[in-house]
Amino acid sequence: MVDLKAAVESAAPEPETSRQVRGSLWHDAWLELRGRVLFWISVAILLVACAMAAFPSLFARFGPNEQCNLRMSKKGPGAGALFGYDLQGCDYWSQIVHGTRASVLIGVAVTVFALLIAIVLGLLGGYYGGTLDAIIARVTDVFFGIPFVLGATVVLVAFPGHGIWAMTSVLVLLGWTTMTRLMRGQVIAVRDADYVQAARALGAGDLRIMVRHILPNSLAPVFVVAMLNVGNVISGEATLDYLGVGLQYPQVSWGLQLNVAQSFFAAYPHLLVFPAMFLTATVLSFLLLGDVVRDALDPKLR
Amino acid sequence: MRYAVQRLLQAVPVFVATTFLIYAMVWALPGDPILALAGDKPLPENVLQALREHYHLNDPLIVQYGLYMAGVFLRGDLGETFTGQPVSELLADRWSITAQLAVTAWVFELVVGIGLGVLAALRRGRLADTAVLAGTTFVIAVPVFVVGYTAQIVLGLNLGLFPTAGTDEGWPGSYLLPGMVLGSFGLAYVARLTRTSVVENLRADYVRTATAKGMRRSRVIGRHTLRNSLIPMVTYLGVDFGNLMAGAVVTEGIFNLPGIGQQVFQSIQLQEGPVVVGVTTLLVMIFILANLLVDLLYGVLDPRIRRG
Repeated sequence: MVDLKAAVESAAPEPETSRQVRGSLWHDAWLELRGRVLFWISVAILLVACAMAAFPSLFARFGPNEQCNLRMSKKGPGAGALFGYDLQGCDYWSQIVHGTRASVLIGVAVTVFALLIAIVLGLLGGYYGGTLDAIIARVTDVFFGIPFVLGATVVLVAFPGHGIWAMTSVLVLLGWTTMTRLMRGQVIAVRDADYVQAARALGAGDLRIMVRHILPNSLAPVFVVAMLNVGNVISGEATLDYLGVGLQYPQVSWGLQLNVAQSFFAAYPHLLVFPAMFLTATVLSFLLLGDVVRDALDPKLR
Repeated sequence: MRYAVQRLLQAVPVFVATTFLIYAMVWALPGDPILALAGDKPLPENVLQALREHYHLNDPLIVQYGLYMAGVFLRGDLGETFTGQPVSELLADRWSITAQLAVTAWVFELVVGIGLGVLAALRRGRLADTAVLAGTTFVIAVPVFVVGYTAQIVLGLNLGLFPTAGTDEGWPGSYLLPGMVLGSFGLAYVARLTRTSVVENLRADYVRTATAKGMRRSRVIGRHTLRNSLIPMVTYLGVDFGNLMAGAVVTEGIFNLPGIGQQVFQSIQLQEGPVVVGVTTLLVMIFILANLLVDLLYGVLDPRIRRG
């Protein structure tokens, strides 16, 4: 939710406050985005998804795992239940709405933490270089080398009884490397630019140079990757739930619903189709948002 | 040459650290494997002690890791399960299934992905381009297991084009559909990367020069543009081969292929540490080796890297 707000708003007000210059990169991007249909479609879908995650009771008739009737188990869509019933005979629409929170929260939280790690390590490594940079680069390589599904499965099985926050930590642990590498590369690319030299000549300290000069000029591509990353994290989390090592009943998530659906989908396709539809729409919106923002930020395409 | 040696020396500590991390994580799995081995009847204390000695379970973790790695490199020994079966023997039959699956997926990615990417780039802004962009975004957004089940039902069950599960038909019959499912995610990335890369190169000065000299378009594209555009693809396809091996966990489950992925997933849930460590160590080796080869190849293809 935080990230989405940032994604929508950073384009507009940030340049005004920080630089007071019309025609800055972010302002131009906003002007470009305003006219893109895809941008508004994905923002609309994401707003709905965030609203469902924040206030599920506005959308769902029943609470999570409430008002279930085993006699209705796996019944398809019909009168009284738009999406039919799940294995436990709960209203599927309500269950799917409650499943939104896990996906959106984990996707956004993982990306925000990974982005923070990437910014700090990328700035330090890229700016100072030398031994510090070498150490950061090697540690990044180590974590980059762990296969995602296997690594996550081993950790999650080792610490059973995990909730949303444990899942978030595991996904951050395995997912911070890509953005860190990119950030480091970006920092190195602008480190010796004239404006950085100028700032140094004027007596600016390292911290000030990094935060005020290098960060704003190296963040754009990392920010785009972060947006795409939200979609990938949501997809990855659902995969772990589906494999049975992620969130566990009585928690409610799309991945868990798909996990249950795998045994029955041939006879009861609605069990697979509806959560998959919601999952795909959310992931797709984050990917499309990332794509249009990248196009808008890339001056070469204008 | 100096570049190659430097790159090799960098890979060694990464390999050690990654495998140690995995080793430590696996041994943090809950439960006492020796007690699990005993089943319902409690073992006498001296047997327990002897077994713990035998599997080096009383030594500190770092010593266990050292002994294990020495075994892997000196004797090609991946350890043995707690029932006494060597891990390498357990994996021997399964290894070829995963390899066939991964190679099928990889070739599919390579051929179809690059093909679609070049097509989209040459028809930039037109219908084919939009279709490729929309299609690949969609494929990236749908989780791989949903793609798998849908393909299994529609193409396998309803249309009967492919066998739905198992390895009865051997290669390629039984591996085509799982390979396409496993490769679909990577294919989308390859197509998009190729497109971007070709589009950028089509604007390059040397392409304009070639065209201005009156060279045929097919030659300009085939000889000049593609050659330079495919360099970034080498990186992706190299790294992705390692990912495919790991991604096989999901695909093998859906299509019931008794490969490494299925084995390792069962072993994690049964807390069979030796198998998990053995497989993940092998995977990390393949992954790091693939990365290393890619970097070296990259140096050959693009002299700027080597001399930079």
